[in-house]
Amino acid sequence: MPPTAVILSQAFSGFAFGTLLALMSSGLTIIFGTLGFVNFAHGAMFMLGAYAAYVVLTYTHSYVAGLIAGALVLLIVAVVLERGLLQFFYVRPPEDQLLVTFGLSVMLIEGIRYFFGSDSQRVSPPHWGDGIVNFAGIFYYPLYRVEVIGIAAAFLLALYLLLYHTSVGLMVRAGIEDRLMVGLLGIDVRRMFLLVFAVGAMAAGVAGVIFAPLSAVIPDMGTPFLIQAFVVVVIGGLGSFGGAIVGGILVGELLSVTTAFNPDYSQVSIYLAMTAVLVLRPRGLFGAVGRI
Amino acid sequence: MSASIAARRGSRWLPELAVAVLLVGLPFGFVAAFDTVDLLSRILVWGLFGIGFDLLFGYSGLLSFGQAAFFGTGGFVTAYLLTSHVVSNVWLGMLAGVVAAMLLSLLVGYLALRRVGLYFAMITLAFAQLSYFVEDSPLAHWTGGENGLPGVPPPAIDIGPVAISFGSGWGIYALIAGLFFLGYVLARFIVRSPVGAVLAGIRQNADRTAALGHSVPGYKLSVFVLAAAYAGLAGVLLGIFQSYMPPGAFDVDTSGQLVFQTVIGGVGTLLGPTVGAALWLFLRDELQQIPGVGSLWMFILGAIFVLLVTLLRKGLYGSLVAWWQSRIAVPAPQQRQAAMQQRDTAPRVTVRPHQSAAQPTPPSAAGAAATPALEARSLSKNFGGVHAVSDVSLTVPTGEIYAVIGPNGAGKTTFLRMLSGEMSPSGGRILLRGHDITGHSVTAVNRAGIAKSYQINQLFNDLTGRQNLRIASLGRHRGALRFDVFRAADSIPAVEDSIADLIDELGLGATADLPVSTLPYGEKRRIELGLALATLPSVLLLDEPLAGLSPGERQDVIRLIRRLAQGRTIVLVEHDMDAVFALAARIMVMHLGRPLAEGAPAEIRRDPEVRRAYLGGLKAHAHA
Repeated sequence: MPPTAVILSQAFSGFAFGTLLALMSSGLTIIFGTLGFVNFAHGAMFMLGAYAAYVVLTYTHSYVAGLIAGALVLLIVAVVLERGLLQFFYVRPPEDQLLVTFGLSVMLIEGIRYFFGSDSQRVSPPHWGDGIVNFAGIFYYPLYRVEVIGIAAAFLLALYLLLYHTSVGLMVRAGIEDRLMVGLLGIDVRRMFLLVFAVGAMAAGVAGVIFAPLSAVIPDMGTPFLIQAFVVVVIGGLGSFGGAIVGGILVGELLSVTTAFNPDYSQVSIYLAMTAVLVLRPRGLFGAVGRI
Repeated sequence: MSASIAARRGSRWLPELAVAVLLVGLPFGFVAAFDTVDLLSRILVWGLFGIGFDLLFGYSGLLSFGQAAFFGTGGFVTAYLLTSHVVSNVWLGMLAGVVAAMLLSLLVGYLALRRVGLYFAMITLAFAQLSYFVEDSPLAHWTGGENGLPGVPPPAIDIGPVAISFGSGWGIYALIAGLFFLGYVLARFIVRSPVGAVLAGIRQNADRTAALGHSVPGYKLSVFVLAAAYAGLAGVLLGIFQSYMPPGAFDVDTSGQLVFQTVIGGVGTLLGPTVGAALWLFLRDELQQIPGVGSLWMFILGAIFVLLVTLLRKGLYGSLVAWWQSRIAVPAPQQRQAAMQQRDTAPRVTVRPHQSAAQPTPPSAAGAAATPALEARSLSKNFGGVHAVSDVSLTVPTGEIYAVIGPNGAGKTTFLRMLSGEMSPSGGRILLRGHDITGHSVTAVNRAGIAKSYQINQLFNDLTGRQNLRIASLGRHRGALRFDVFRAADSIPAVEDSIADLIDELGLGATADLPVSTLPYGEKRRIELGLALATLPSVLLLDEPLAGLSPGERQDVIRLIRRLAQGRTIVLVEHDMDAVFALAARIMVMHLGRPLAEGAPAEIRRDPEVRRAYLGGLKAHAHA
């Protein structure tokens, strides 16, 4: 049994990582819920956010500018991809949608590799993130990692307010329930799809910006994150916003706390949790019956 | 017609022959161009990996993003057994690797196949990632962790004077090419066999395939394990070819590369993945030599991939094959027109003196009269708080046509779905000839002798009418799950005779050999009915069989239903009141999920409550 301080510190780490994962997964889940497809390029979009942060922070040292840049870059990428290509895939089989976003993800990753190389880039945390927090003398923690929780939570809250407290959000949620009906009610489904895809992509991009100072920024950085987001939505239930948040924090905690016990099983643990959910509750913790 | 069949028979082995010739001839070209045959060996390893994946994705429609798990497991189990000298016989070590990959796939498949479509892709990817981490950390002591396992020995044949080592260069090429050829021949057998026909059914409409008496979960798991065997063997060969088993075999990029190569080459072609692998490896090796462009080789491949998925979904080789086939075949519109003409000149529905073609085996005479063919006892179905069907009972004796009518939303379709096993009731029992079948799966209910034709056509759209009927008939003739891969799907006389009779009976004529998607609605509707009939049911459930048909077509189908009722029990849901009152011996009127009245047509017509709730508001010809 590792010391309590180590476990607590890891639990805290897990919470920070979990909120980021929740932000990433909520983007994946609302895109699936509304458009009906899994965006395989979501990991690459996360990576684009991190590179936007790298470029902007290197030149301006302004974290807020980094966040805005990350969101803007993804907004542009999302609009171009959705209008230029993905809108033609709504009528195609789900496998085709998955394949085309997979191909796009390779292009995005390799495009970035061409311009920035495969070397890892460093992004420093904002100046107000420098320092160490003392948690009642039990453990110490880098300040930025504490702030990550707040920043990611703020974006999750914004997403929640957008989805649950605006008329646009009402349409989106109605679209998740019954896409055809929303179309029949005279709502412009095309614009709604574009909006949701952009918002989902921006969630991934913002998560990438927030994550950038915590890790090496490399072209492949999004792939493991994407697969973890898949685990999150399988556990939480694909298409469920609440499921993405609970699943994200659960997966973050599992990854982190298991490390305190045996790092060899840290990654393994989340897949075992996913297996348990698949056996006991195949539609996920919060998944609706009958949706896939 | 017979000439073309003869020609087809003659060319039966042409693809195998062509592949054999290429496998012998191509390496000389590679040696001339690259001084070594190794590139071709590598292409074939990926090609073999791809044949299995194509059976899974191209033929069965199961897009797995986790084939790396089985590729890596096969390679590492063999590499460990051989390098640690646990097993000294290399052939045995290779076999162990393949078996290990299959065992793992049994577990992963059991879990992943509980979900379909996108979920299946995500879950397989996650399990592949799990196997990567298991190899990397907990098992690092045995697998070498991120270093992999060097020194994997090649197999050899050593019988007295003959000693051949499949070591490097031509030796390992011979081994890989030989196994590739065996793998290709086996896959060709499977694709042409009844198993292949059922897999095609699953790809196009898994629910209907299950409703036609095939064990869809059984076939899915089987093809998943088979694909894993190909993956495992490819992984084993990679380790031997490189004398080194890299941990990257487990990487998500391995699964991705396989999907890439398969889609670029063309799914559903078996050889497409090999073409894709050739393009991938060629671009990787050759493009990298060009300064400035070299580092973009993956980007270029990605762009090709996106372009192909968007515009040329058949892939490079697949499009070539399709173009070739369209050249040698009669142009489709022309063929269609000819078939239509032939059908129109033929009598619409053959009236035959003898019994109907799709006659079920008559139930044993003794006791048959006493036991009703179908009985439902107070069936109910609730969705949340909504009582879609409450307390509906019926008893239908053998040979009777029993109609269920009622306004839209009365619960007729839900009631029928419970009888067919598509939906399990919230309460009540269903008895088929006295045997309780409540809660049985739709497949089990079909095998027990109940078949349903659907309100909305549930066909295999890319296949011909004949192939559609064959999938249905195979279920009756060869059981729910069977691996008869060494005979052709169209080689079972009982099945072919029964299909031919059905085509006659339904008046399909030459249209039966056109893809269903190209047929007019009336034809599709008859094939829909034919699918149910081909399973030789003793009880036939017809959900609005006349929906959308022209008056002439209605008369044909009404005559057909009357003929089918000889020796068979029919439960009919229909809005065409003329048809219902002309056909049914008894009628139940449903209203708001409850039975309102039951009786002979004359009684129903007179029933004041029925008139008030339903008939009264409608004219005789109205189709609510």
